[in-house]
Amino acid sequence: MPENDNSNSDTVLSVSHVSKDFHLPHHKSNSIKSTIINIFKRKDKEVDIQHALRDISIDVKKGEFFGIVGRNGSGKSTLLKIIAGIYRPTKGTVKTTGKLVPFIELGVGFNPELTGKENVYLNGALLGFSRDEINAQYNAIVAFAELQDFMDQKLKNYSSGMQVRLAFSVATCAEADILLVDEVLAVGDADFQRKCFAYFKKLKKDKVTVIFVTHDMDAVREYCDRVVLINDSKVMAIGQAGKISQEYTRLFTDASDDVVGQESTRWGKGGAETVGIDVSISDDLITIRHRIVSKYTINNPIIGIRIRSASGIDVTGTNTKIEKIDTGVFKAGHERMLVWTMPAVLADGEYYIDPAIVDADGITVQDWWDEAVKFMVTKERHLPYSIDPGFNVEFSNN
Amino acid sequence: MKSKFVSKYRYSIILLKELVITEFKLRYQGSALGYLWSLLRPLFLFVILYFVFVYFLRVGSGIPHWPVAMLLGIVLWNFFSEVTNIGLTSIVSRGDIIRKINFPKYVILLAGSVSALINLVLNLFVIGVFMWINQVNLSWSALLSPLYIIEIFIFALGLSFILSTIFVKLRDMNYIWEIIMQALFYASAVIYPISMVVERSATIAQVLLLNPVAQAIQDARQTLIYDQTPTLLSISSGNILIAFIPIALVIAVFIFGAWFFKKQSPNFAENV
Repeated sequence: MPENDNSNSDTVLSVSHVSKDFHLPHHKSNSIKSTIINIFKRKDKEVDIQHALRDISIDVKKGEFFGIVGRNGSGKSTLLKIIAGIYRPTKGTVKTTGKLVPFIELGVGFNPELTGKENVYLNGALLGFSRDEINAQYNAIVAFAELQDFMDQKLKNYSSGMQVRLAFSVATCAEADILLVDEVLAVGDADFQRKCFAYFKKLKKDKVTVIFVTHDMDAVREYCDRVVLINDSKVMAIGQAGKISQEYTRLFTDASDDVVGQESTRWGKGGAETVGIDVSISDDLITIRHRIVSKYTINNPIIGIRIRSASGIDVTGTNTKIEKIDTGVFKAGHERMLVWTMPAVLADGEYYIDPAIVDADGITVQDWWDEAVKFMVTKERHLPYSIDPGFNVEFSNN
Repeated sequence: MKSKFVSKYRYSIILLKELVITEFKLRYQGSALGYLWSLLRPLFLFVILYFVFVYFLRVGSGIPHWPVAMLLGIVLWNFFSEVTNIGLTSIVSRGDIIRKINFPKYVILLAGSVSALINLVLNLFVIGVFMWINQVNLSWSALLSPLYIIEIFIFALGLSFILSTIFVKLRDMNYIWEIIMQALFYASAVIYPISMVVERSATIAQVLLLNPVAQAIQDARQTLIYDQTPTLLSISSGNILIAFIPIALVIAVFIFGAWFFKKQSPNFAENV
């Protein structure tokens, strides 16, 4: 890694040979009974060791906008948490110079029972600002969040967009030497995202060191100077943003060559699982029968499907949240079938379906199965595109 | 030197202050009388206890100012119980923050105990009123009483360090502690005078008073309310060594607790 051979004098973050293991007992022994049983049955005390990170070394220089990218579960968020000091590395060390402010999540410590103003002080304190420091910036924070008229209202009366705006506003007043950002951009409306990007541009101009964890390759190309690609708990590549984002994309294309239904393209907690997908195509309708079995009771999960073309392009997709369907209670051990129908607009060719089951919070993935099933659409004519809605072409008579 | 201390603990101090303010604001939110309840609650509780114990149960009827002494015992016991109970669950209940940001974890524990301290001060104020009604004569020795409060506080804090750390991994700890506290309550001579025990067996009284909470309550009663109240020192006929055992216990528990907590706290984020 030639990047690391430069002088270390302006290195503000140095991660050297960091490994992190999580010990996952089969049955978490957090009650006396199981603890006692485990003491007597030493042999049965099976512990799964999950190697979340293996021998990661990164150096970040002052003023760098440094990206961390990787697929879900590759360990990038664990790495960020270790840099932030939330987790202790199993092996290796992390050295930072200067004040480090983490935005692992916006609005840490926000309490719905407090007013907006009180939450600003509380959240600010968690980020390391004293009352005086907040006082000095208070008007700017409120103005940036555009919440002048709401500061004395309780946070529980805020819309989620208002909460995010307030949280982001507090966070932006941080005068950090190193800023850790974890996909904060994924939330908020377009207007808010534009504000975030403007803020990032400003950070970049002000030469603040930023560590940025993301999936968004466009953001990577636009902002990051250097990027590390984490795959399978290891550093796969470090280098210029353009080069790494290509590599990242290739990683996904490679994955799509996998045999259909292989476990490697499936992840999630497994509390509810897709057990079958049947596709039937008539002249005007595509019907997808989606069978789901839940291991434990789940309330109102979000169930979605995505259709991908053989060349890896996402053609379309939807989920029960978008469709405003109340999925209700999924009782433990029961099987339910969801029937998706859509007009038969897919063009001639091969397609994959990626079904997903996510908790109502939209975050916890129960089962995400890339390319669970492959199906063919055969039409008389062939288009080089995925959608063939049927065109009508004629000359106008003018 | 001072600035070095301030900069090292700056973050902790800011955070502690904010957490205490938050907790105080949240406590009586939405109630019409608000903070006044912190005073009214103990006041009414004391009035009820006063009548039950003095007019119906007639415990300690031969002891001067016993009702006030009993109330003082209850106040100090409640303080001990509040600090340890809040402390025990404090780390787990703040898991949401711990998983997202790195900060000195002991701040959470301290924040909880400060609100217990505020309660104690308010309760002591009510006790003062009862002492005045009961015409308790304050002597100079009353100035020593804060020492015993500090002793209970340090003991409770030390235990909280241990309990909260265990609770992260062993979620049965709160039930176990509840039972231990029940037993300790009746073993600490809070609602009965220790002289009742001394009459039966001085040795048993001595053993009971090796518990720092019981010892501190007795000493506080002696200094504040009635100077003939038996204490560990007086029962042990002035044997300083025996009287030192509870103090040593407090120091040992606190040092061990702080060490244990500090050693385990980097693992909290992945276990809570």
